[in-house]
Amino acid sequence: MRKVLMGNHAVSYAVRLARADVVAAYPITPQTQIVEMLSEFCAEGSLDASFIKVESEHSAMAACIGAASAGARAFTATSSHGLLLMHEMLHWAAGARLPIVLVNVNRAVGPGWNVWTEQTDSLAQRDTGLIQIYCESNQEALDSVLQAFRLAETVRLPVMVVLDAFILSHTEEPVDVPSQEEVDAFLARYEPAWRLDPADPRAFNMLVPPEHYMELRLLIQKAMDDALHVAAEVDAEYGRHFGRSYGLVEAYRLDDAELALVTAGASSGTARVVIDELREQGVPAGLLRLRLFRPFPAEPVSHLLAGVRKVGVIDRNISFGQGGIFAAELKAALYHQPQRPQVFDFVAGLGGRDITPATVRGIVGYLLEHDAPPTGPLWWEVKA
Amino acid sequence: MSYAIPERELLHPGHVACPGCGAAIAMRLALKALGDDLVVIIVASCWSIIAGPFPYSSLQVPTLHSAFETGGSAASGVKAALRRRGRPDTTVMAWAGDGGTFDIGFQALSGAVERNEDFIYVCYDNEAYMNTGIQRSSATPLGAWTTTTPVASPKDTPKKDMVAIMAAHGIPYTATASIGYPEDLVRKLQKAASIRGSKFIHILSPCPSGWKSEPEETVKIARLAVQSRIFPLYEVERGERYTVTVRPPAVPVIEYLRRQGRFNHLSVAQIEAIQANADRAWERLLERAESGA
Repeated sequence: MRKVLMGNHAVSYAVRLARADVVAAYPITPQTQIVEMLSEFCAEGSLDASFIKVESEHSAMAACIGAASAGARAFTATSSHGLLLMHEMLHWAAGARLPIVLVNVNRAVGPGWNVWTEQTDSLAQRDTGLIQIYCESNQEALDSVLQAFRLAETVRLPVMVVLDAFILSHTEEPVDVPSQEEVDAFLARYEPAWRLDPADPRAFNMLVPPEHYMELRLLIQKAMDDALHVAAEVDAEYGRHFGRSYGLVEAYRLDDAELALVTAGASSGTARVVIDELREQGVPAGLLRLRLFRPFPAEPVSHLLAGVRKVGVIDRNISFGQGGIFAAELKAALYHQPQRPQVFDFVAGLGGRDITPATVRGIVGYLLEHDAPPTGPLWWEVKA
Repeated sequence: MSYAIPERELLHPGHVACPGCGAAIAMRLALKALGDDLVVIIVASCWSIIAGPFPYSSLQVPTLHSAFETGGSAASGVKAALRRRGRPDTTVMAWAGDGGTFDIGFQALSGAVERNEDFIYVCYDNEAYMNTGIQRSSATPLGAWTTTTPVASPKDTPKKDMVAIMAAHGIPYTATASIGYPEDLVRKLQKAASIRGSKFIHILSPCPSGWKSEPEETVKIARLAVQSRIFPLYEVERGERYTVTVRPPAVPVIEYLRRQGRFNHLSVAQIEAIQANADRAWERLLERAESGA
């Protein structure tokens, strides 16, 4: 059924369709509507789940960890400072190999106090062991949450689905909401191999001395490696069920491109418009959209960008003392390519500053005029 | 003849507690009281070690080790999931030290009991961060030595009144218990298990390493804490109804204090002040018990 939904509500519908058992969450702008609607669903009985109205995001993830350990399909949503408060428990969720699904609405981190979109909050969780998926549209948000549960439960790692504050979270778009029967056919009931069960008593997450710790860490790395192909399979399977799939990365008009933009999230749509303009003007330009960030799809990324001369990465995030985080990851992935492109790192749109078609045109103009990038990132459209 | 304490052992021998550890006795008694239809959540504390390293576990019940500040929150999730999994009657017990309860886990605990989550929260209180090597917590008593309250500057504030704080949440059941009075401890845990909603049990657990006491005196010291009225045994129902459950003949606090090296530096005047505080708190407790009955 097609509905007009804001991104937050598209997520709520997906969680209901996934038949989450336990939702534990705490309000934070711009995520709050996700859990408000889930509260409504629980109250009216259309979602048969326990909603734990915790007193912090740290407790939200801790409650999800408890719930998933005892065999429940668990969900939470947060943003920015809430995600940062959860950080310890994100490591715990991954280390405990729990398939919790988390939606993070990208929001800048204070101070200065700022509720608008930026990717630094989620990218700062890079090393926690969470799988990360970045969405471009509200439809993709709904679809990615459904994919996330199946992916998480297959590889036994938590998954974070990410969408932009306001640009997606609060903006209404037409969204195809599948039927419960269709989703049930795609996503089976969660049956973990092990759980807290008095009929089969086991201990979880105990002290692990040095002679075992590394092997357990290696298993997480292997699960991440598996997640690359499992994510692709789940996405393809989703396509067979629902007619929509997205890939781990999306290549747009890249085949013969000499110049490529790299984006993640909602600014990808803006970049796409500019790529079309450039193509009309005869400029061989294309777009690579990163959808999966962890595990990093190094193989398809380096393959797709191998023949490109210049790549401009639009990083709506910053790692102070280094630069844009996507650009750094991209450079690492391209290092072994004998024909690697010049990678330009554009830090743009922080704290919700608009990334408009004019912004992207300016970035393309810079790429056309320069053969090599400067040392360090280009802070784009900043006041003198 | 039947015993008040169930004979079945659910704690394996071979746990790795120090000799004379009160916390190990507390767990043994709690497991006896609650039986095997139980899930235990252990947050970071001495018990994270005592339970044994992977791949061993000294508990014969399902056990979730969790982060320091998550006793209330992780237990909430476990209970919700057990309900979803068709085990609504399985007892959930969060098990935390005083650091995890009085300090870092305080917020999550308050949140969980305010929601009246259906679980038992046990604080085994050894009155300092013992697992990290005896640093003061807000459960450390006035005047006590720890590594962060050295003799030149001992703890200069009183112990936080955690039972009063929990009772102020209006939860169904709050109680103190002692490893020195095992029948009382077992009865309270069994009573807690029979009640729906949040239950908080505060168990004083002497720590020979941190209290600088003799391991063989652990039980005696636990009993003296009760007899001296430093740690009275009582329960609070619905935050209002106070009942003193054990009323032994009084002994002076000096009998309790002098067996612990952590109090060696106290002057006569300081000991008299501790005696006066204990007497006053006891009188107030009796008043509450009489008025609330």
